[in-house]
Amino acid sequence: MPKDSGIGASSKRREDVRFLTGAGNYTDDINIHGQAYVHFLRSDVAHGRIVSLDTSAAAAMPGVVRIFTGADFEGVGGLPCGWQVTDRHGQPMAEPGHPVLAQGKVRHVGDPIAAVVAESPEQARDAAEAIEAEIEELPAVIDMKAALAEGAAKVHDDLPSNLCYDWGFVEENKGAVDAAFAEAAHVTTLELVNNRLVANPMEPRVAIGDYARATGESTLYTTSQNPHVIRLLMGAFVLGIPEHKLRVVAPDVGGGFGSKIFHYAEEAFCTFAAKALARPVKWTSSRSEAFMSDAHGRDHVSKIELALDADNNFTALRTETYANMGAYLSTFAPSVPTWLHGTLMAGNYKTPLIYVNVKAVFTNTVPVDAYRGAGRPEATYQLERVIDKAARELGVDPIALRRQNFVTEFPYQTPVAVVYDTGDYNATMDKLEEIADIAGFAARRAESEARGKLRGLGVNCYIEACGIAPSNLVGQLGARAGLYDAATVRVNATGSISVMVGAHSHGQGHETAFPQVVAEMLGIDESMIEIVHGDSSKIPFGMGTYGSRSLAVCGSAMVRATEKIINKAKKIAAHLMEASEADIELKDGQFSVAGTDKSVAWGDVTLAAYVPHNYPLEDIEPGLEETAFYDPSNFTYPAGAYACEVEVDPETGKVTVERFSAADDFGNIVNPMIVSGQVHGGLGQGIGQALLENCAYDPETGQLLSASYMDYAMPRADDVPFYAVDHSCATPCTHNPLGVKGCGEAGAIGSPPSVVNAVIDALQSGGKAVTHIDMPMSPSRVWSAMQG
Amino acid sequence: MPEINMVVNGRSMRAEAEPRALLSDFLREDLSLTGTHVGCDTGQCGACVVHVDGVAVKSCNMLAVEAAGCEVSTIEGQAGPDGTLNALQQAFQDHHGLQCGFCTPGMVMSAAALLKENPTPSEAEVRAHLEGNLCRCTGYHNIVKAILAASGQDVSGIAAE
Amino acid sequence: MYNFEFERPGSVAEAVAALKSEEAQALGGGQTLIPTLKQRLAAPAKLVSLGGIAEMKGVCLNDDGSLSIGGGTTHAEVARAAAAHYPALAALAGGIGDPAVRNRGTIGGSLANNDPSACYPSAALGSGATIVTDRREIAADDYFQGLFTTALDEGEIITSVRFPVPEKANYQKFLQPASRFALVGVFVAHYAGGTRIAVTGASEDGVFRWSAAEEALASGAALDGMAPEADGMIADLHGTKAYRAHLTGVLTRRALQAMA
Repeated sequence: MPKDSGIGASSKRREDVRFLTGAGNYTDDINIHGQAYVHFLRSDVAHGRIVSLDTSAAAAMPGVVRIFTGADFEGVGGLPCGWQVTDRHGQPMAEPGHPVLAQGKVRHVGDPIAAVVAESPEQARDAAEAIEAEIEELPAVIDMKAALAEGAAKVHDDLPSNLCYDWGFVEENKGAVDAAFAEAAHVTTLELVNNRLVANPMEPRVAIGDYARATGESTLYTTSQNPHVIRLLMGAFVLGIPEHKLRVVAPDVGGGFGSKIFHYAEEAFCTFAAKALARPVKWTSSRSEAFMSDAHGRDHVSKIELALDADNNFTALRTETYANMGAYLSTFAPSVPTWLHGTLMAGNYKTPLIYVNVKAVFTNTVPVDAYRGAGRPEATYQLERVIDKAARELGVDPIALRRQNFVTEFPYQTPVAVVYDTGDYNATMDKLEEIADIAGFAARRAESEARGKLRGLGVNCYIEACGIAPSNLVGQLGARAGLYDAATVRVNATGSISVMVGAHSHGQGHETAFPQVVAEMLGIDESMIEIVHGDSSKIPFGMGTYGSRSLAVCGSAMVRATEKIINKAKKIAAHLMEASEADIELKDGQFSVAGTDKSVAWGDVTLAAYVPHNYPLEDIEPGLEETAFYDPSNFTYPAGAYACEVEVDPETGKVTVERFSAADDFGNIVNPMIVSGQVHGGLGQGIGQALLENCAYDPETGQLLSASYMDYAMPRADDVPFYAVDHSCATPCTHNPLGVKGCGEAGAIGSPPSVVNAVIDALQSGGKAVTHIDMPMSPSRVWSAMQG
Repeated sequence: MPEINMVVNGRSMRAEAEPRALLSDFLREDLSLTGTHVGCDTGQCGACVVHVDGVAVKSCNMLAVEAAGCEVSTIEGQAGPDGTLNALQQAFQDHHGLQCGFCTPGMVMSAAALLKENPTPSEAEVRAHLEGNLCRCTGYHNIVKAILAASGQDVSGIAAE
Repeated sequence: MYNFEFERPGSVAEAVAALKSEEAQALGGGQTLIPTLKQRLAAPAKLVSLGGIAEMKGVCLNDDGSLSIGGGTTHAEVARAAAAHYPALAALAGGIGDPAVRNRGTIGGSLANNDPSACYPSAALGSGATIVTDRREIAADDYFQGLFTTALDEGEIITSVRFPVPEKANYQKFLQPASRFALVGVFVAHYAGGTRIAVTGASEDGVFRWSAAEEALASGAALDGMAPEADGMIADLHGTKAYRAHLTGVLTRRALQAMA
């Protein structure tokens, strides 16, 4: 019987009412009296030297308040990078400066050169067009391998080359891995591209800077997944504003998918300009601007090799990846191809020896950073594609080959540092075979073939490391921030509760799911609990939402804070009932004395805390408000098995996804409806990556070819089927209080390989000797592959 | 600047606007009806869909002056006077047809237009009708399901959770 | 966008007069023009809306059996009103853009713009339609003159389009996955005098008649394996020249099959 409230209930989302009635409050919906508007003049060349910048004519245009250039930001900090990777030789990565407005050079199409603040957005744009910018165009480096070649133009003149770092993991294992390959009975090799993507939350970014002269306080309203991170980075590293004079508000945010984690130049600019001009300054990105200023995702070029013994056991794995950083290091960019990627190369398998090499490269393209899954999709894609290719080469069933090599005993120490606490990969594979009706595939294929279509089935597993992250561990790995989270539970006098959380909800449904947890713990109604998030002046210092961490980390903080509330409330209840604290039980919102019929209601205790007339003031303070910070002791490891069935039109190469099934182990589930929704969304993005989405640059000029929705193919409703998703196979996380693992990224991590595996299966069933097609598998690419 | 009059959600409204003002800007900036969203500048995303004289249009692809004298309905006018969600809005909530909410106003207005002309659409018809509405959060599963449910069709066979 | 003056005349005559002023431009449904203005790729001094001209709207069957469609008729209206008379044309109109675009975009606007990937040019050319303007009639074969280029003069307005109704016809559109314009679209119409095949989306020169295939059909040959020359086809992110040429052949055969 499904629950109707508390943990495990599919409570309907309370936030929906405002979103369904047009009553949401997104950043662009905010207008502050007297605000001016900024338009950024952006580079239209990929690489160039700013010879001169004449703003005099533009400054005289109607409505112009002031024009800023890079010169105005001399002495102001650049945009910081939050993660330092150490290379194979123990040296720190190359870390170039990242000015708010370009200084000296422009390094990608879209790099901001100047900012015009005017009375209206159109006036700002009119004036931006009147700026006379003489830019000497330089050769652009776009292709990563070409960027590393001798004599290549340098993105950053002050660095020795375009190499950011050459990372080896685990460097000490390299020799043993190479030896295992020498002894292998079979080696499967695959070269592949993990296509560059644009996150494309439907809400473009917006920033509004405001400044109060009377108090000296700056406020930034921004489309962010983590207001406190922005406050820290922008206040401490860019603008030098102490925390108590800087407030960052992320109100309703229309999706993020990673792209709204990072601290962007426009945020710093609006905050800076608001103070300089003593008036609010607003920037609203157009979608076209978003394509050239939001951090992009993925963009890896890899070679992966899998060694097997004569019994088809995986004996070693070796990968070499070129990872595009773009022109500057975005906030968490260096961590994505390394610690979020190399540590997941073991996948669900007990491969004993693994070596991962990653060369991160600067190019004249938009910076690349985390996008839904961040590093883990790239690892999963390589691994699950090479396993599939191995199965085909060996003539064995791809599911059987996976099962044979599954990790089955936990905890499991991988050869790539991380320790899986729990899991049951055979269980999710069993469930997948059931919900995907794999037994019925042959009949469906026959039916497709009768219609002249090729049908393929692709399967893959995935594992991810979520609940980011143990601070002491990530500190050793180069993180420049802690990755705990925080929650304050404020019980009001009449028993209602406000919970202030560091996590930010921009589609995840925290406002509904988090109260379910507190309600369950206290035995009170969910409607008595409200979640407050997104305003650094209201919430404790938590690190925000990304890496499928909100419930596992912030939710755990909320549990700890609620436990403190319960402990204190029991003391108060014990006093009220003149009983021993040890005998107090809390059930269904009633405190009772064990073994008696004495009880007091939740509301009586909370009232006593705030009206402490009959209260143990000598022992405990009045009030009922507790804060907890939670720093996880390990990552969480959601895992699962996915299956995709496609039809390929052999005449056109058009691929249609006919069925998609996902069996996930997310540990315990708080709101199954929301969890399913998260998986659906991830699948949509993963299918998009596999079949449609491609952020492409002209390899010579560095012009962005997919610069709008006219050329960047977003998945639409008719590109995807209904999905079959299941999360009943639950091995609860062993180290957080809720036993939860996180579900936000799984769909995007787990789905691309099965789509590709399915297309290869379909083509081979049609007698085509195709072993790989790079994503996106557009009709043109599939057709070309079929031509041989 | 010309003054533009239109009836929005049953109320007569007016404001001055330049000829170049888009209907979406006019609604958002001049009438403070910020429920209509703008998610792109090439007319693809559909977050800005409203109804003008009863038909769905992309308000970011229409000049406000072109809607002068018209009846416009937006997401703000869909719920009952007491705030009760209409059947379509309620179905979106019941079936988790939205996450971040940004595309939702356009989705609801497009879906309303579909159900007006085709009261019991098939799954394929719903998906085809949403060609001009992008959602990045839901993978469309629960949007399609919600629209089918709002049309009174049994959706219990569609994978729920 | 840049600012402009705006006029909304009530008749063709008024519109023609309004378009005589310097740098004036006609505004149809605006589904291409407004995004273009937003990108500041055009800077008309005056926009003359054709949306208020009742005489340019509607679909009617002429005495000679041909179908006239007012230049200001929306795609949605054509999809509805032409369905009984010219189903292939109605289906084409019902597949342009998306429902909200179809409620604003007009046939006259589409043909005046002549986007190389738009659907309507293939129907007009494939049907041997006549483009009727405020001042003359232009045969489709003379009207399309390359990418975004037509026989229209400055300020000339498409008041209607007259389609001879074929015995049977079919339009096959293969979607460009991002824009949902035609990656390749093939309109095939069979008339007593022969079969016309018009292809959109494929060629660097815009819509064209695939004469070799028309001739093959006239001679009774099958089109199996036939494709136009890849040379001169569009190559972009979404398809190579060879792929577009191949698709042209496939879609033509599918159209013929659907008509059979």
